[in-house]
Amino acid sequence: MGLPLMMERSTNNNNVVELSRVAVSDTHGEDSPYFAGWKAYDENPYEESHNPSGVIQMGLAENQVSFDLLERYLEKKNPEGSMWGSKGAPGFRENALFQDYHGLKSFRQAMASFMQQIRGGKARFDPDRIVLTAGATAANELLTFILADPNDALLVPTPYYPGFDRDLRWRTGVRIVPIHCDSSNHFQITPEALEQAYQTARDANIRVRGVLITNPSNPLGATVQKKVLEDLLDFCVRKNIHLVSDEIYSGSVFHASEFTSVAEIVENIDDVSVKERVHIVYSLSKDLGLPGFRVGTIYSYNDNVVRTARRMSSFTLVSSQTQQLLASMLSDEEFTEKYIRINRERLRRRYETIVEGLKKAGIECLKGNAGLFCWMNLGFLLDTKTKEGELALWDVILKELKLNISPGSSCHCSEYGWFRVCFANMSEKTLDIALKRIHEFMDRQSGF
Amino acid sequence: MTRTEPNRSSKSDSENSGGGGGGTTAMRVIVPLQGVVQGRGGLFLGSVIPCAFFYFLQFYLKRNRKNEPDSGEPSPDSDPSSGSPDPTRSQSVGNLTELASLPRSLSRILLSPRLSGGAVSISGRAGCVLKGGDSPYHVGQKRVEEDPYDESGNPDGVIELGSAHNTKMDWVSEDPGEAISDGLCMSGIASYEPSHGLIELKTAVAGFMSEATKNSVSFDPTQIVLTSGAASAIEILSFCLADSGNAFLVPTPCSPGYDRDVKWRTGVDLIHVPCRSADNFNISMLVLDRAFYQAKKRGVRIRGVIISNPWNPTGTLLSRENLYALLDFARERNIHIISNEVFAGSVHDEGGEFVSMAEVVDTEENVDRERVHIIYDLSKDLSFPGLRTAAIYSFNESVLSASRKLTTLSPVSSPTQHLLISAISSPKFVQRFVKTNRERLMRVYAELVKGLKELGIECTRSSGGFFCWVDMRGFMSSYSEKGEIELWNKLLNIGKINVIPGSCCHCIEPGWFRLCFSNLSERDVPVVMNRIRKVCETCKSQNCFFGI
Repeated sequence: MGLPLMMERSTNNNNVVELSRVAVSDTHGEDSPYFAGWKAYDENPYEESHNPSGVIQMGLAENQVSFDLLERYLEKKNPEGSMWGSKGAPGFRENALFQDYHGLKSFRQAMASFMQQIRGGKARFDPDRIVLTAGATAANELLTFILADPNDALLVPTPYYPGFDRDLRWRTGVRIVPIHCDSSNHFQITPEALEQAYQTARDANIRVRGVLITNPSNPLGATVQKKVLEDLLDFCVRKNIHLVSDEIYSGSVFHASEFTSVAEIVENIDDVSVKERVHIVYSLSKDLGLPGFRVGTIYSYNDNVVRTARRMSSFTLVSSQTQQLLASMLSDEEFTEKYIRINRERLRRRYETIVEGLKKAGIECLKGNAGLFCWMNLGFLLDTKTKEGELALWDVILKELKLNISPGSSCHCSEYGWFRVCFANMSEKTLDIALKRIHEFMDRQSGF
Repeated sequence: MTRTEPNRSSKSDSENSGGGGGGTTAMRVIVPLQGVVQGRGGLFLGSVIPCAFFYFLQFYLKRNRKNEPDSGEPSPDSDPSSGSPDPTRSQSVGNLTELASLPRSLSRILLSPRLSGGAVSISGRAGCVLKGGDSPYHVGQKRVEEDPYDESGNPDGVIELGSAHNTKMDWVSEDPGEAISDGLCMSGIASYEPSHGLIELKTAVAGFMSEATKNSVSFDPTQIVLTSGAASAIEILSFCLADSGNAFLVPTPCSPGYDRDVKWRTGVDLIHVPCRSADNFNISMLVLDRAFYQAKKRGVRIRGVIISNPWNPTGTLLSRENLYALLDFARERNIHIISNEVFAGSVHDEGGEFVSMAEVVDTEENVDRERVHIIYDLSKDLSFPGLRTAAIYSFNESVLSASRKLTTLSPVSSPTQHLLISAISSPKFVQRFVKTNRERLMRVYAELVKGLKELGIECTRSSGGFFCWVDMRGFMSSYSEKGEIELWNKLLNIGKINVIPGSCCHCIEPGWFRLCFSNLSERDVPVVMNRIRKVCETCKSQNCFFGI
């Protein structure tokens, strides 16, 4: 079946076939120190008995403090230990075939109820506005595809989660323009910083489509104040842009009263044109410590966004088995109320342990009230207050102390010397060892 | 040099590939200009003049909208000399093309005044997604949801013959003990795991894929990337192999899903290459070749060919010769091949031989193996659509590396992975399952073809997969897309069966329908036949008969 020679053919048969720009770009960010430290951990992981001098992973924001509660619940409710959820195999069958991008109604209702509980009932969530995605990573990317065109920008306050560089930009072609925040006011977003970021984009002829915040903030480990949220919403209304609030750590606020969700602010607003610019991202990975389950959601007050997100979620659906497994657990209000309360308490205690421990070593942290990490200030240890100086110190901490922590520059922090330290992904004993290594290091430093 | 885009109108692309005259407005201005003035001057004039034209056109259009208070809005045409290394398509052309193709209601959203309190706009990409909800594919699906057929509970309901899920293989309750270990060990499955899949599951999937080829190929688990569904697998490959503004060639009729999976978010286009009933819908290398060069003339860079084997919707198996010819074609033009083999495990024709693209490249040079990428979908063959697990299999390490990273955006849930590991790791179970599946499909298919023949309806010979490609040209009121949609409506509303009209599959000949039989048991076939008979009679009595 030879090919007829119709026109000039490529004679260069030795050409290696090319890939796309997306494929070869490094926007995935996996070469940054944020991920490089993970590699170091993978190669030499700390283990209490077998490898006590290994690298302790403090760069991964995973919540293992309350896992026992989940385990006990799930194993109790499924005495056969079945993977099929509480209804067992027969109940599962009806859902194996389920592939609708709407998601199981029971699961959406469970998510809505869980999100409501976390906010102490101060905001209501309609299950029909919930769109399920395979993780918050996918939810953020999906929203970006929906709200912005290639070369448009989202304004994101610094410091921010390093993964945003990938999630918001890689395939979407959308840019991030930073809203610079600094320690002078505990890194809170100011109206001036907002205006400045917007103007920077405009000067570069870039169209701004929205503001994306994380509340509570990653890496700061602190909630966004109610006044700031109100200012943000005003700003978005004035500029006619969207507001995305990534609230994946909302269940990890140490004191419930200190968290204000953007949902609460919107709850009392009737004006649809204001409401429909607000979108919330949530996931079970952090609060429930179930990152492997890959359950994320977009909650939007905008009908078009909900409809589009639902259709686009075809690329990133949550398996029906996972939905069923979790649906009954999340709708068990007695259990979730207990879980949320105990989880908050344990995280608060961990936070206090690490902050106290660091204080004794002469290290200050930003005052935090949420999340799985603290924001530590080592600026005074830098040789030079530059990115290189910070990375040099990071390298020392990784190689000498064998602690993997995340440098502020990978979070685009405009001040050098800040580091994010995770404390919830290890046992208390391991945390003690980590603090001990830091103490010893600081003792050596003060010896100079 | 200004880059242009293929015309994004909603007309069938077959017109473009067939006629060869489908140039854009831009091309019609630039090419003659560059022909007239040669050299650097020509390059300059040929770029600047059309860009200036676009700029002024948009300025004119903007002025005709309501006045915007925010007059400082950045011009979309920010880089007229467009030699920029910008990864996305040229702004000016992109914007113009999008404006031209939007229906009026959407343009109201995008062009509305930006007063505070005005409606906030969503992206152009989202707009296109929203408007696509009224295709027969979605309308039919909705009807089935609202009024689903049930043998005892709702015998007059709408029978789903539109989409491909295999509901009759119930291995979950048939074989739970043997197939699946019951243990839910939470601590093993809750933490972060590689988003591209556990090696144990990849090994199990490799085994399953080998079984589908009757072990003529041994698949390497390290060349597998797992993701949450075939849609995601196709999209990931589209992102990896092509840039925005490029295109893939796809022989038609093709899967209705490609319009979404390849085009929605990537900016990559599909150029349909029509196959005809006279050739039994076989791919003509001549037509493929022509389509490639016509695209090239229009300035569209083709990055690959997408084939499916067994073919969706016809059910045909591609022969070894077909596959070698395609590989030659790809090699000559230095492009990729995406081989969608999601129905590999559902070959039900005893005389049929499924040959995977993996087998064909087994003995080829590395440089050729690296242009082949295979998609496999566990959900199809295992009747587990809800579990969302598909695989990309590639010989190209760079593609694998990029794909692995991209799966962070569409990972497989870890309890699901563990469930599947225990299910498909047992070779005995896999063999028995695949065999039972094949036999069942064969029986239902035979009944279906017999029933259709009695009604005077022919279909192409389907050897694999879940579809029957049915010729209903004789029942249309007119030999046109309109006639086809009218017939589809009758099938849905009078016959209460949901089938996919050929236009959704971009078939160039009206009157063909895709009928999915994996949802049927042998008992359902007579019910379906009665429904179709009712519609045929209605057509005849209305003198619909269009003699072929």
